[in-house]
Amino acid sequence: MESFFETVKTVPLNHYIILSSVIFSIGVIGVLLRRNAIVIFMSVELMLNAVNLLLTAFSVYHGDPNGQVFVFFIMALAAAEVAVGLAIIVMIYRNTNSVDINVLNRLKW
Amino acid sequence: MSIFYFIAFLSILFAVLVISAKNPVHSILYLVLTFFTFTIQYILLNAQFLAIVNFIVYMGAILVLFLYTLMLINLNKDSEPMKTNLVKIAAVLGGGCLMVVIVGALKALGVSQPVVLKNPDLGLVKNLGKVLFNEFLLPFEVSSLLLLSAMVGAVLLATKDKKTTA
Repeated sequence: MESFFETVKTVPLNHYIILSSVIFSIGVIGVLLRRNAIVIFMSVELMLNAVNLLLTAFSVYHGDPNGQVFVFFIMALAAAEVAVGLAIIVMIYRNTNSVDINVLNRLKW
Repeated sequence: MSIFYFIAFLSILFAVLVISAKNPVHSILYLVLTFFTFTIQYILLNAQFLAIVNFIVYMGAILVLFLYTLMLINLNKDSEPMKTNLVKIAAVLGGGCLMVVIVGALKALGVSQPVVLKNPDLGLVKNLGKVLFNEFLLPFEVSSLLLLSAMVGAVLLATKDKKTTA
């Protein structure tokens, strides 16, 4: 078991930051690229997860458990956000019969 | 060491598939795989509590919620209308610029020590529970209030209301 965790010890911190920023950028591209509201929501989840991984990596790097507790709170927040957001999407679908965000451009005024 | 890079490659691959899949159901299934790779990353960092919570909350609760919503919303009439090519190119350029800026700033920073697990039981439930219920007791209670209000709000929004049809 100990030797299993030895494998991580040679990974530089920069590589965790690069991985998280790549995943975060993919989430940003997904939000900009898609028109389906549910897929946009999933891209937001992807961004949240990238930040979670980075917080955990920094927490392990500094030997500080506060970062991992913070990730726990972010997960609780994400659960609440998903419940409310999906309820809003269901309501939008019921009123406009689509989840295409371009239909919702009336919200501009 | 190489297992980290393999898992990182897999998570980037599945994340790209999430945003490029045409069918939203396939997107959700790829998102499940992405979150599973994140769980493996947490296990590699010996953050066992977070690995379990990620597995249960994200893959168990949130993604099942997504699948149920897709089931309620009938999307198989016609395929999703895509954005114009100009907007697509602009989106990829914008996201790519963000990534280049972050990675470039990191390169300018230079130094990078390896991530060393000084305290092996850092991410265990016992250790995190002590921190959570001593220093973070008030935020913990506030988050329970947040979850309660989110539940009430979700039920209120999703129930059919005959009087107020927008």
